[in-house]
Amino acid sequence: MNAVLAVIRRDLLLAMRRKSEVLTALFFFVIVTSLFPLGIGPEPALLKKIAPGVLWVAALLATMLGLQRMFAADHADGTLEQMVLSPTPLGLLVGGKIAAHWMLSGLPLVLLAPVLGLQFDLDVGALGVLMLALLLGTPLLSLIGAIGAALTLGLRGGGVLLSLLVLPLYVPALIFGAGAVEAHIAGLGAGGHLSLLAALLALAAFFAPWATTAALRIALE
Amino acid sequence: MIWNSPAEFFAMGGYALYVWGSFGVCAIALAMEPILVRKRQNQILQSLRRERIADELENEVSEKAHARESGR
Amino acid sequence: MNNKLIHWFKYASPQSFYPLAGKMIPWFWGLAAAFGVVGLWLSFFVAPTDAQQGEGYRIIFVHVPASWMSMFIYLVLAAWAGLGLALNTRLSGMMASALAPTGALMAFLALWTGAFWGKPMWGTWWVWDARITSELILFFLYLGFIALQAAIDDPRRADKAGAILALVGVVNVPIIYFSVKWWNTLHQGSSVSVGKSSMAVTMLWGMLFMALCFWMYSIAVALMRVRAIILEREAHTEWVKELNEVKS
Repeated sequence: MNAVLAVIRRDLLLAMRRKSEVLTALFFFVIVTSLFPLGIGPEPALLKKIAPGVLWVAALLATMLGLQRMFAADHADGTLEQMVLSPTPLGLLVGGKIAAHWMLSGLPLVLLAPVLGLQFDLDVGALGVLMLALLLGTPLLSLIGAIGAALTLGLRGGGVLLSLLVLPLYVPALIFGAGAVEAHIAGLGAGGHLSLLAALLALAAFFAPWATTAALRIALE
Repeated sequence: MIWNSPAEFFAMGGYALYVWGSFGVCAIALAMEPILVRKRQNQILQSLRRERIADELENEVSEKAHARESGR
Repeated sequence: MNNKLIHWFKYASPQSFYPLAGKMIPWFWGLAAAFGVVGLWLSFFVAPTDAQQGEGYRIIFVHVPASWMSMFIYLVLAAWAGLGLALNTRLSGMMASALAPTGALMAFLALWTGAFWGKPMWGTWWVWDARITSELILFFLYLGFIALQAAIDDPRRADKAGAILALVGVVNVPIIYFSVKWWNTLHQGSSVSVGKSSMAVTMLWGMLFMALCFWMYSIAVALMRVRAIILEREAHTEWVKELNEVKS
Protein backbone atom coordinates (compact mmCIF):
# COMPACT_ATOMS: atom_id res chain seq x y z
CA MET A 1 0.00 0.00 0.00
CA ASN A 2 2.88 2.32 0.82
CA ALA A 3 4.27 1.75 -2.64
CA VAL A 4 0.96 2.79 -4.18
CA LEU A 5 0.89 5.98 -2.13
CA ALA A 6 4.48 6.63 -3.12
CA VAL A 7 3.56 6.28 -6.80
CA ILE A 8 0.66 8.69 -6.39
CA ARG A 9 2.78 11.21 -4.44
CA ARG A 10 5.55 11.00 -7.00
CA ASP A 11 3.23 11.55 -9.96
CA LEU A 12 1.57 14.49 -8.25
CA LEU A 13 4.94 16.00 -7.40
CA LEU A 14 6.15 15.61 -10.97
CA ALA A 15 2.99 17.24 -12.26
CA MET A 16 3.37 20.14 -9.84
CA ARG A 17 6.81 20.80 -11.29
CA ARG A 18 5.28 21.06 -14.74
CA LYS A 19 1.99 22.76 -13.99
CA SER A 20 1.45 23.88 -17.55
CA GLU A 21 0.41 20.38 -18.69
CA VAL A 22 -2.35 20.11 -16.11
CA LEU A 23 -3.48 23.66 -16.71
CA THR A 24 -3.55 23.18 -20.48
CA ALA A 25 -6.15 20.44 -20.14
CA LEU A 26 -8.23 22.63 -17.83
CA PHE A 27 -8.13 25.63 -20.14
CA PHE A 28 -9.02 23.32 -23.02
CA PHE A 29 -12.11 22.23 -21.08
CA VAL A 30 -13.09 25.84 -20.40
CA ILE A 31 -12.52 27.01 -23.96
CA VAL A 32 -14.33 24.11 -25.64
CA THR A 33 -17.43 24.54 -23.48
CA SER A 34 -17.37 28.30 -24.11
CA LEU A 35 -17.21 27.79 -27.86
CA PHE A 36 -20.54 25.97 -28.02
CA PRO A 37 -22.76 28.96 -27.17
CA LEU A 38 -20.84 30.94 -29.79
CA GLY A 39 -21.47 28.25 -32.38
CA ILE A 40 -25.08 27.54 -31.50
CA GLY A 41 -26.52 30.80 -30.28
CA PRO A 42 -27.30 32.36 -26.91
CA GLU A 43 -30.89 31.17 -26.28
CA PRO A 44 -30.91 30.07 -22.61
CA ALA A 45 -33.46 27.26 -23.15
CA LEU A 46 -31.39 25.66 -25.89
CA LEU A 47 -28.14 26.06 -23.96
CA LYS A 48 -29.70 24.49 -20.89
CA LYS A 49 -30.75 21.54 -23.01
CA ILE A 50 -27.33 20.93 -24.53
CA ALA A 51 -25.33 21.77 -21.39
CA PRO A 52 -24.93 18.22 -19.98
CA GLY A 53 -23.82 16.82 -23.32
CA VAL A 54 -21.44 19.68 -24.06
CA LEU A 55 -19.84 19.57 -20.61
CA TRP A 56 -19.44 15.82 -20.79
CA VAL A 57 -18.01 15.71 -24.28
CA ALA A 58 -15.57 18.45 -23.32
CA ALA A 59 -14.63 16.47 -20.22
CA LEU A 60 -13.98 13.36 -22.32
CA LEU A 61 -11.71 15.30 -24.65
CA ALA A 62 -9.93 17.06 -21.81
CA THR A 63 -9.08 13.79 -20.04
CA MET A 64 -7.84 12.43 -23.38
CA LEU A 65 -5.18 15.15 -23.48
CA GLY A 66 -3.27 13.86 -20.47
CA LEU A 67 -3.73 10.16 -21.18
CA GLN A 68 -0.78 9.70 -23.46
CA ARG A 69 1.58 11.04 -20.81
CA MET A 70 0.34 8.58 -18.20
CA PHE A 71 3.09 6.05 -18.87
CA ALA A 72 5.25 7.79 -21.49
CA ALA A 73 7.70 9.57 -19.17
CA ASP A 74 8.14 6.48 -16.97
CA HIS A 75 8.68 4.41 -20.08
CA ALA A 76 11.31 6.80 -21.39
CA ASP A 77 13.41 6.94 -18.21
CA GLY A 78 13.11 3.25 -17.32
CA THR A 79 10.95 3.70 -14.20
CA LEU A 80 8.30 1.53 -15.75
CA GLU A 81 10.67 -1.42 -16.06
CA GLN A 82 11.58 -0.99 -12.40
CA MET A 83 7.90 -1.09 -11.53
CA VAL A 84 7.45 -4.35 -13.42
CA LEU A 85 10.35 -5.86 -11.50
CA SER A 86 9.35 -4.48 -8.09
CA PRO A 87 7.91 -6.88 -5.47
CA THR A 88 4.66 -4.90 -5.30
CA PRO A 89 2.13 -6.28 -7.81
CA LEU A 90 2.19 -4.20 -10.97
CA GLY A 91 -1.60 -3.95 -10.91
CA LEU A 92 -1.48 -1.97 -7.66
CA LEU A 93 1.19 0.40 -8.94
CA VAL A 94 -0.80 0.92 -12.12
CA GLY A 95 -3.82 1.63 -9.93
CA GLY A 96 -1.75 4.29 -8.20
CA LYS A 97 -0.81 5.87 -11.49
CA ILE A 98 -4.44 5.86 -12.62
CA ALA A 99 -5.47 7.49 -9.34
CA ALA A 100 -2.82 10.17 -9.83
CA HIS A 101 -4.01 10.78 -13.37
CA TRP A 102 -7.54 11.21 -12.11
CA MET A 103 -6.48 13.67 -9.41
CA LEU A 104 -4.66 15.73 -12.02
CA SER A 105 -7.12 15.60 -14.91
CA GLY A 106 -10.46 14.40 -13.51
CA LEU A 107 -10.81 16.09 -10.16
CA PRO A 108 -10.12 19.62 -11.48
CA LEU A 109 -12.85 19.08 -14.07
CA VAL A 110 -15.30 18.05 -11.34
CA LEU A 111 -14.52 21.22 -9.41
CA LEU A 112 -14.60 23.46 -12.45
CA ALA A 113 -17.77 22.02 -14.04
CA PRO A 114 -20.29 23.91 -11.83
CA VAL A 115 -18.76 27.24 -12.83
CA LEU A 116 -19.07 26.34 -16.48
CA GLY A 117 -22.55 24.97 -15.82
CA LEU A 118 -23.57 28.48 -14.73
CA GLN A 119 -22.71 29.71 -18.22
CA PHE A 120 -25.38 27.34 -19.47
CA ASP A 121 -28.01 28.47 -16.98
CA LEU A 122 -28.13 25.24 -14.98
CA ASP A 123 -29.80 25.50 -11.57
CA VAL A 124 -28.22 24.47 -8.29
CA GLY A 125 -29.74 20.98 -8.24
CA ALA A 126 -28.58 20.25 -11.77
CA LEU A 127 -25.10 21.52 -10.92
CA GLY A 128 -24.99 19.13 -7.95
CA VAL A 129 -26.01 16.21 -10.14
CA LEU A 130 -23.45 17.26 -12.75
CA MET A 131 -20.69 17.27 -10.15
CA LEU A 132 -21.76 13.93 -8.74
CA ALA A 133 -21.94 12.39 -12.23
CA LEU A 134 -18.50 13.73 -13.08
CA LEU A 135 -17.17 12.52 -9.74
CA LEU A 136 -18.30 9.00 -10.63
CA GLY A 137 -17.56 9.29 -14.34
CA THR A 138 -14.10 10.84 -14.55
CA PRO A 139 -12.37 7.97 -12.64
CA LEU A 140 -14.06 5.66 -15.14
CA LEU A 141 -12.52 7.69 -17.96
CA SER A 142 -9.07 7.47 -16.37
CA LEU A 143 -9.43 3.71 -15.87
CA ILE A 144 -10.52 2.96 -19.44
CA GLY A 145 -8.04 5.47 -20.80
CA ALA A 146 -5.19 3.74 -18.98
CA ILE A 147 -5.76 0.61 -21.06
CA GLY A 148 -5.49 2.64 -24.25
CA ALA A 149 -2.44 4.51 -22.96
CA ALA A 150 -0.69 1.22 -22.18
CA LEU A 151 -1.62 -0.29 -25.55
CA THR A 152 -0.29 2.68 -27.52
CA LEU A 153 2.84 3.14 -25.40
CA GLY A 154 5.76 4.17 -27.59
CA LEU A 155 3.87 3.92 -30.88
CA ARG A 156 4.09 6.47 -33.65
CA GLY A 157 0.99 8.60 -33.94
CA GLY A 158 0.09 7.47 -30.44
CA GLY A 159 -2.12 10.41 -29.56
CA VAL A 160 -4.58 10.17 -32.42
CA LEU A 161 -4.57 6.39 -32.24
CA LEU A 162 -5.29 6.56 -28.53
CA SER A 163 -8.40 8.64 -29.10
CA LEU A 164 -9.57 6.24 -31.80
CA LEU A 165 -9.24 3.32 -29.39
CA VAL A 166 -10.62 4.95 -26.27
CA LEU A 167 -13.44 7.24 -27.39
CA PRO A 168 -15.79 4.43 -28.51
CA LEU A 169 -15.28 2.80 -25.13
CA TYR A 170 -16.24 6.06 -23.42
CA VAL A 171 -19.74 5.94 -24.90
CA PRO A 172 -21.48 4.37 -21.86
CA ALA A 173 -19.87 6.86 -19.48
CA LEU A 174 -20.99 9.72 -21.71
CA ILE A 175 -24.54 8.41 -21.98
CA PHE A 176 -25.08 7.79 -18.29
CA GLY A 177 -23.14 10.87 -17.18
CA ALA A 178 -24.90 13.35 -19.43
CA GLY A 179 -28.13 11.39 -19.02
CA ALA A 180 -28.07 11.85 -15.25
CA VAL A 181 -28.11 15.63 -15.59
CA GLU A 182 -30.72 15.56 -18.33
CA ALA A 183 -32.95 13.24 -16.32
CA HIS A 184 -32.66 15.56 -13.34
CA ILE A 185 -33.57 18.59 -15.44
CA ALA A 186 -36.51 16.69 -16.91
CA GLY A 187 -37.67 15.88 -13.38
CA LEU A 188 -37.17 12.13 -13.75
CA GLY A 189 -34.54 11.82 -11.02
CA ALA A 190 -30.92 11.00 -11.66
CA GLY A 191 -30.71 7.98 -9.35
CA GLY A 192 -30.85 5.30 -12.02
CA HIS A 193 -28.17 6.89 -14.16
CA LEU A 194 -25.88 7.54 -11.23
CA SER A 195 -26.14 4.03 -9.87
CA LEU A 196 -25.41 2.59 -13.32
CA LEU A 197 -22.42 4.90 -13.56
CA ALA A 198 -21.25 3.67 -10.16
CA ALA A 199 -21.70 0.05 -11.28
CA LEU A 200 -19.60 0.72 -14.38
CA LEU A 201 -16.97 2.37 -12.21
CA ALA A 202 -16.81 -0.68 -9.94
CA LEU A 203 -16.53 -2.97 -12.96
CA ALA A 204 -13.78 -0.87 -14.52
CA ALA A 205 -11.91 -0.51 -11.21
CA PHE A 206 -11.79 -4.28 -11.08
CA PHE A 207 -10.84 -5.06 -14.68
CA ALA A 208 -9.03 -2.03 -16.07
CA PRO A 209 -5.84 -2.20 -13.93
CA TRP A 210 -5.57 -5.84 -14.85
CA ALA A 211 -5.91 -5.19 -18.58
CA THR A 212 -3.55 -2.21 -18.32
CA THR A 213 -0.93 -4.39 -16.62
CA ALA A 214 -1.20 -6.99 -19.36
CA ALA A 215 -0.88 -4.30 -22.02
CA LEU A 216 2.15 -2.76 -20.29
CA ARG A 217 3.91 -6.09 -20.08
CA ILE A 218 3.36 -6.59 -23.81
CA ALA A 219 4.66 -3.10 -24.57
CA LEU A 220 7.80 -3.72 -22.52
CA GLU A 221 8.56 -7.17 -23.92
CA MET B 1 -44.27 -15.52 -60.16
CA ILE B 2 -44.57 -12.10 -58.59
CA TRP B 3 -43.01 -10.07 -61.42
CA ASN B 4 -44.89 -9.60 -64.65
CA SER B 5 -42.01 -8.11 -66.63
CA PRO B 6 -38.28 -7.45 -66.24
CA ALA B 7 -39.00 -3.73 -66.15
CA GLU B 8 -41.25 -4.24 -63.16
CA PHE B 9 -38.53 -6.28 -61.51
CA PHE B 10 -35.96 -3.54 -61.95
CA ALA B 11 -38.37 -0.84 -60.81
CA MET B 12 -38.88 -2.69 -57.49
CA GLY B 13 -42.24 -1.06 -56.92
CA GLY B 14 -40.70 2.40 -56.93
CA TYR B 15 -37.93 1.49 -54.51
CA ALA B 16 -35.34 0.84 -57.22
CA LEU B 17 -32.77 3.34 -55.92
CA TYR B 18 -32.89 1.95 -52.40
CA VAL B 19 -33.05 -1.76 -53.16
CA TRP B 20 -30.43 -1.69 -55.93
CA GLY B 21 -28.37 0.85 -53.98
CA SER B 22 -28.12 -1.62 -51.12
CA PHE B 23 -27.67 -4.81 -53.12
CA GLY B 24 -25.32 -3.12 -55.57
CA VAL B 25 -23.00 -1.74 -52.92
CA CYS B 26 -22.97 -5.11 -51.15
CA ALA B 27 -22.15 -6.87 -54.41
CA ILE B 28 -19.36 -4.43 -55.23
CA ALA B 29 -17.91 -4.62 -51.74
CA LEU B 30 -18.04 -8.41 -51.58
CA ALA B 31 -16.45 -8.61 -55.03
CA MET B 32 -13.73 -6.06 -54.31
CA GLU B 33 -12.56 -7.52 -51.01
CA PRO B 34 -11.36 -10.89 -52.41
CA ILE B 35 -9.71 -9.09 -55.33
CA LEU B 36 -7.77 -6.86 -52.95
CA VAL B 37 -6.79 -9.83 -50.80
CA ARG B 38 -5.68 -11.72 -53.89
CA LYS B 39 -3.59 -8.71 -54.89
CA ARG B 40 -1.97 -8.67 -51.46
CA GLN B 41 -1.20 -12.38 -51.74
CA ASN B 42 0.32 -11.93 -55.21
CA GLN B 43 2.44 -9.05 -54.04
CA ILE B 44 4.01 -11.03 -51.22
CA LEU B 45 4.46 -14.07 -53.49
CA GLN B 46 6.17 -11.94 -56.09
CA SER B 47 8.59 -10.44 -53.59
CA LEU B 48 9.32 -13.94 -52.26
CA ARG B 49 10.03 -15.15 -55.78
CA ARG B 50 12.31 -12.20 -56.44
CA GLU B 51 14.18 -12.90 -53.23
CA ARG B 52 14.61 -16.49 -54.24
CA ILE B 53 16.01 -15.58 -57.64
CA ALA B 54 18.37 -13.11 -56.04
CA ASP B 55 19.55 -15.80 -53.64
CA GLU B 56 20.17 -18.22 -56.51
CA LEU B 57 22.13 -15.65 -58.49
CA GLU B 58 24.20 -14.83 -55.48
CA ASN B 59 24.96 -18.49 -54.95
CA GLU B 60 25.97 -18.93 -58.59
CA VAL B 61 28.27 -15.93 -58.54
CA SER B 62 29.97 -17.02 -55.37
CA GLU B 63 30.33 -20.56 -56.73
CA LYS B 64 31.92 -19.29 -59.91
CA ALA B 65 34.30 -17.10 -57.96
CA HIS B 66 35.11 -20.05 -55.81
CA ALA B 67 35.79 -22.25 -58.83
CA ARG B 68 38.03 -19.62 -60.43
CA GLU B 69 40.02 -19.24 -57.27
CA SER B 70 40.53 -22.96 -56.79
CA GLY B 71 41.44 -23.35 -60.53
CA ARG B 72 44.18 -20.81 -60.25
CA MET C 1 -7.74 -37.79 -26.39
CA ASN C 2 -4.09 -37.02 -26.25
CA ASN C 3 -3.70 -37.82 -29.92
CA LYS C 4 -6.48 -35.45 -30.80
CA LEU C 5 -4.82 -32.63 -28.91
CA ILE C 6 -1.59 -33.12 -30.81
CA HIS C 7 -3.52 -33.30 -34.04
CA TRP C 8 -5.13 -29.93 -33.40
CA PHE C 9 -1.92 -28.27 -32.39
CA LYS C 10 -0.35 -29.51 -35.58
CA TYR C 11 -2.75 -27.38 -37.57
CA ALA C 12 -2.15 -24.46 -35.25
CA SER C 13 1.26 -23.98 -36.81
CA PRO C 14 1.24 -21.57 -39.77
CA GLN C 15 3.32 -24.01 -41.80
CA SER C 16 0.69 -26.75 -41.81
CA PHE C 17 -2.27 -24.40 -41.80
CA TYR C 18 -1.18 -22.61 -44.95
CA PRO C 19 -1.80 -25.55 -47.34
CA LEU C 20 -4.87 -26.65 -45.37
CA ALA C 21 -6.42 -23.19 -45.75
CA GLY C 22 -5.58 -23.28 -49.43
CA LYS C 23 -7.54 -26.50 -49.78
CA MET C 24 -10.51 -25.22 -47.81
CA ILE C 25 -10.93 -21.89 -49.61
CA PRO C 26 -12.54 -23.23 -52.84
CA TRP C 27 -15.07 -25.21 -50.80
CA PHE C 28 -16.15 -22.16 -48.86
CA TRP C 29 -16.39 -20.12 -52.07
CA GLY C 30 -18.55 -22.87 -53.52
CA LEU C 31 -20.80 -22.92 -50.49
CA ALA C 32 -21.03 -19.13 -50.49
CA ALA C 33 -22.02 -19.12 -54.16
CA ALA C 34 -24.60 -21.88 -53.68
CA PHE C 35 -26.20 -20.25 -50.66
CA GLY C 36 -26.04 -16.90 -52.42
CA VAL C 37 -27.88 -18.16 -55.51
CA VAL C 38 -30.61 -19.80 -53.43
CA GLY C 39 -30.79 -16.80 -51.11
CA LEU C 40 -31.09 -14.27 -53.91
CA TRP C 41 -33.67 -16.38 -55.68
CA LEU C 42 -35.71 -16.64 -52.49
CA SER C 43 -35.35 -12.95 -51.73
CA PHE C 44 -36.30 -11.68 -55.18
CA PHE C 45 -38.59 -14.30 -56.68
CA VAL C 46 -40.21 -16.26 -53.86
CA ALA C 47 -40.62 -13.87 -50.95
CA PRO C 48 -43.89 -11.98 -51.48
CA THR C 49 -44.31 -8.24 -51.50
CA ASP C 50 -44.66 -6.85 -48.00
CA ALA C 51 -48.06 -5.42 -47.19
CA GLN C 52 -46.69 -2.28 -45.51
CA GLN C 53 -43.27 -1.70 -47.04
CA GLY C 54 -43.88 -2.84 -50.61
CA GLU C 55 -40.74 -3.99 -52.38
CA GLY C 56 -38.49 -1.77 -50.30
CA TYR C 57 -38.32 -4.30 -47.52
CA ARG C 58 -36.16 -6.57 -49.71
CA ILE C 59 -33.14 -4.67 -48.39
CA ILE C 60 -33.59 -6.78 -45.27
CA PHE C 61 -32.04 -9.70 -47.15
CA VAL C 62 -28.64 -8.03 -47.15
CA HIS C 63 -29.06 -5.72 -44.18
CA VAL C 64 -29.76 -8.36 -41.56
CA PRO C 65 -27.05 -10.82 -42.67
CA ALA C 66 -24.47 -8.01 -42.77
CA SER C 67 -25.31 -6.83 -39.26
CA TRP C 68 -25.40 -10.39 -37.92
CA MET C 69 -22.01 -11.10 -39.43
CA SER C 70 -20.50 -7.85 -38.15
CA MET C 71 -21.41 -8.86 -34.58
CA PHE C 72 -20.55 -12.52 -35.00
CA ILE C 73 -17.14 -11.77 -36.55
CA TYR C 74 -16.30 -9.52 -33.61
CA LEU C 75 -17.07 -12.39 -31.22
CA VAL C 76 -14.99 -14.83 -33.28
CA LEU C 77 -12.18 -12.27 -33.49
CA ALA C 78 -12.22 -11.85 -29.71
CA ALA C 79 -12.29 -15.63 -29.25
CA TRP C 80 -9.22 -16.05 -31.46
CA ALA C 81 -7.56 -13.18 -29.62
CA GLY C 82 -8.26 -14.75 -26.23
CA LEU C 83 -7.01 -18.11 -27.48
CA GLY C 84 -3.85 -16.46 -28.71
CA LEU C 85 -3.22 -14.83 -25.33
CA ALA C 86 -3.99 -18.02 -23.40
CA LEU C 87 -2.11 -20.56 -25.52
CA ASN C 88 0.43 -18.26 -27.14
CA THR C 89 -0.20 -19.72 -30.59
CA ARG C 90 0.91 -17.63 -33.53
CA LEU C 91 -1.94 -18.61 -35.79
CA SER C 92 -4.62 -17.20 -33.44
CA GLY C 93 -3.31 -13.67 -33.75
CA MET C 94 -3.09 -14.02 -37.51
CA MET C 95 -6.70 -15.21 -37.67
CA ALA C 96 -7.80 -12.24 -35.56
CA SER C 97 -6.08 -9.75 -37.84
CA ALA C 98 -7.42 -11.56 -40.91
CA LEU C 99 -11.00 -11.28 -39.63
CA ALA C 100 -10.93 -7.59 -38.68
CA PRO C 101 -11.19 -5.99 -42.15
CA THR C 102 -14.02 -8.33 -43.14
CA GLY C 103 -15.85 -7.52 -39.92
CA ALA C 104 -15.39 -3.81 -40.51
CA LEU C 105 -16.72 -4.22 -44.04
CA MET C 106 -19.79 -6.05 -42.73
CA ALA C 107 -20.42 -3.29 -40.19
CA PHE C 108 -20.08 -0.71 -42.94
CA LEU C 109 -22.49 -2.63 -45.19
CA ALA C 110 -24.98 -2.94 -42.34
CA LEU C 111 -24.87 0.84 -41.85
CA TRP C 112 -25.03 1.56 -45.57
CA THR C 113 -27.98 -0.73 -46.25
CA GLY C 114 -29.61 0.53 -43.06
CA ALA C 115 -29.44 4.06 -44.41
CA PHE C 116 -30.87 2.95 -47.77
CA TRP C 117 -33.67 1.21 -45.94
CA GLY C 118 -34.31 4.08 -43.57
CA LYS C 119 -34.71 6.70 -46.29
CA PRO C 120 -37.84 5.26 -47.92
CA MET C 121 -39.31 3.83 -44.71
CA TRP C 122 -38.73 6.59 -42.17
CA GLY C 123 -37.94 9.42 -44.55
CA THR C 124 -34.40 9.94 -43.32
CA TRP C 125 -31.02 8.44 -44.10
CA TRP C 126 -29.95 8.26 -40.50
CA VAL C 127 -31.87 7.65 -37.29
CA TRP C 128 -30.20 7.61 -33.87
CA ASP C 129 -31.86 4.30 -33.13
CA ALA C 130 -30.28 2.05 -30.51
CA ARG C 131 -29.34 -0.68 -32.96
CA ILE C 132 -27.94 1.65 -35.63
CA THR C 133 -25.94 3.61 -33.07
CA SER C 134 -24.48 0.43 -31.55
CA GLU C 135 -23.57 -0.78 -35.03
CA LEU C 136 -21.76 2.51 -35.66
CA ILE C 137 -19.77 2.12 -32.44
CA LEU C 138 -18.98 -1.47 -33.37
CA PHE C 139 -17.62 -0.13 -36.66
CA PHE C 140 -15.43 2.28 -34.66
CA LEU C 141 -14.19 -0.62 -32.52
CA TYR C 142 -13.14 -2.48 -35.67
CA LEU C 143 -11.36 0.61 -36.95
CA GLY C 144 -9.55 0.99 -33.64
CA PHE C 145 -8.41 -2.63 -33.74
CA ILE C 146 -7.13 -2.30 -37.31
CA ALA C 147 -5.42 1.03 -36.59
CA LEU C 148 -3.72 -0.31 -33.46
CA GLN C 149 -2.36 -3.34 -35.29
CA ALA C 150 -1.21 -1.19 -38.20
CA ALA C 151 0.71 1.11 -35.86
CA ILE C 152 2.76 -1.67 -34.27
CA ASP C 153 5.69 -2.94 -36.30
CA ASP C 154 6.50 -6.06 -34.29
CA PRO C 155 3.84 -8.60 -35.31
CA ARG C 156 3.92 -10.43 -31.97
CA ARG C 157 3.26 -7.25 -30.06
CA ALA C 158 0.60 -6.28 -32.59
CA ASP C 159 -1.17 -9.59 -32.01
CA LYS C 160 -1.12 -9.33 -28.26
CA ALA C 161 -2.03 -5.65 -28.06
CA GLY C 162 -4.85 -6.26 -30.53
CA ALA C 163 -6.00 -9.21 -28.45
CA ILE C 164 -6.29 -7.11 -25.31
CA LEU C 165 -8.17 -4.43 -27.19
CA ALA C 166 -10.52 -7.02 -28.69
CA LEU C 167 -11.23 -8.54 -25.28
CA VAL C 168 -11.85 -5.13 -23.72
CA GLY C 169 -14.11 -4.37 -26.68
CA VAL C 170 -16.09 -7.58 -26.39
CA VAL C 171 -16.76 -6.87 -22.70
CA ASN C 172 -17.87 -3.39 -23.69
CA VAL C 173 -20.14 -4.29 -26.59
CA PRO C 174 -23.10 -5.42 -24.43
CA ILE C 175 -22.60 -2.45 -22.09
CA ILE C 176 -22.55 -0.09 -25.06
CA TYR C 177 -25.66 -1.68 -26.52
CA PHE C 178 -27.47 -1.47 -23.19
CA SER C 179 -26.45 2.12 -22.59
CA VAL C 180 -27.45 3.20 -26.07
CA LYS C 181 -30.80 1.48 -25.66
CA TRP C 182 -31.31 3.23 -22.33
CA TRP C 183 -30.34 6.54 -23.93
CA ASN C 184 -32.77 5.90 -26.75
CA THR C 185 -35.73 5.22 -24.47
CA LEU C 186 -34.98 8.40 -22.53
CA HIS C 187 -35.06 10.46 -25.72
CA GLN C 188 -38.36 9.39 -27.16
CA GLY C 189 -39.13 10.33 -30.71
CA SER C 190 -36.42 8.69 -32.72
CA SER C 191 -37.40 5.17 -31.78
CA VAL C 192 -38.47 3.02 -34.66
CA SER C 193 -40.04 -0.38 -34.80
CA VAL C 194 -38.72 -2.78 -37.35
CA GLY C 195 -39.77 -6.27 -38.21
CA LYS C 196 -42.93 -6.09 -36.15
CA SER C 197 -45.04 -6.73 -39.22
CA SER C 198 -45.77 -10.40 -39.60
CA MET C 199 -43.02 -11.92 -41.67
CA ALA C 200 -43.78 -14.59 -44.19
CA VAL C 201 -41.91 -17.84 -43.67
CA THR C 202 -40.26 -17.49 -47.09
CA MET C 203 -38.78 -14.18 -45.96
CA LEU C 204 -37.16 -15.92 -43.02
CA TRP C 205 -35.77 -18.59 -45.32
CA GLY C 206 -34.39 -15.95 -47.65
CA MET C 207 -32.72 -14.18 -44.74
CA LEU C 208 -31.31 -17.46 -43.47
CA PHE C 209 -29.78 -18.41 -46.81
CA MET C 210 -28.34 -14.97 -47.35
CA ALA C 211 -26.86 -15.08 -43.84
CA LEU C 212 -25.28 -18.46 -44.62
CA CYS C 213 -23.88 -17.00 -47.84
CA PHE C 214 -22.35 -14.06 -45.95
CA TRP C 215 -20.98 -16.45 -43.34
CA MET C 216 -19.28 -18.72 -45.89
CA TYR C 217 -18.01 -15.66 -47.75
CA SER C 218 -16.46 -14.32 -44.54
CA ILE C 219 -14.72 -17.62 -43.84
CA ALA C 220 -13.40 -17.86 -47.39
CA VAL C 221 -12.08 -14.32 -47.52
CA ALA C 222 -10.61 -14.53 -44.00
CA LEU C 223 -8.78 -17.71 -44.97
CA MET C 224 -7.45 -16.00 -48.08
CA ARG C 225 -6.24 -13.09 -46.00
CA VAL C 226 -4.70 -15.31 -43.33
CA ARG C 227 -2.68 -17.04 -46.04
CA ALA C 228 -1.28 -13.71 -47.19
CA ILE C 229 -0.51 -12.76 -43.58
CA ILE C 230 1.27 -16.07 -42.99
CA LEU C 231 3.46 -15.49 -46.03
CA GLU C 232 4.23 -11.91 -44.99
CA ARG C 233 5.22 -12.88 -41.48
CA GLU C 234 7.06 -16.09 -42.31
CA ALA C 235 8.83 -14.73 -45.37
CA HIS C 236 12.25 -15.45 -43.88
CA THR C 237 11.58 -19.13 -43.07
CA GLU C 238 12.75 -22.13 -45.05
CA TRP C 239 9.33 -23.68 -45.56
CA VAL C 240 8.02 -20.56 -47.28
CA LYS C 241 11.04 -20.56 -49.63
CA GLU C 242 10.33 -24.20 -50.46
CA LEU C 243 6.67 -23.57 -51.39
CA ASN C 244 5.73 -24.46 -54.96
CA GLU C 245 4.17 -21.04 -55.49
CA VAL C 246 7.48 -19.43 -54.63
CA LYS C 247 9.66 -21.80 -56.62
CA SER C 248 7.87 -21.48 -59.93
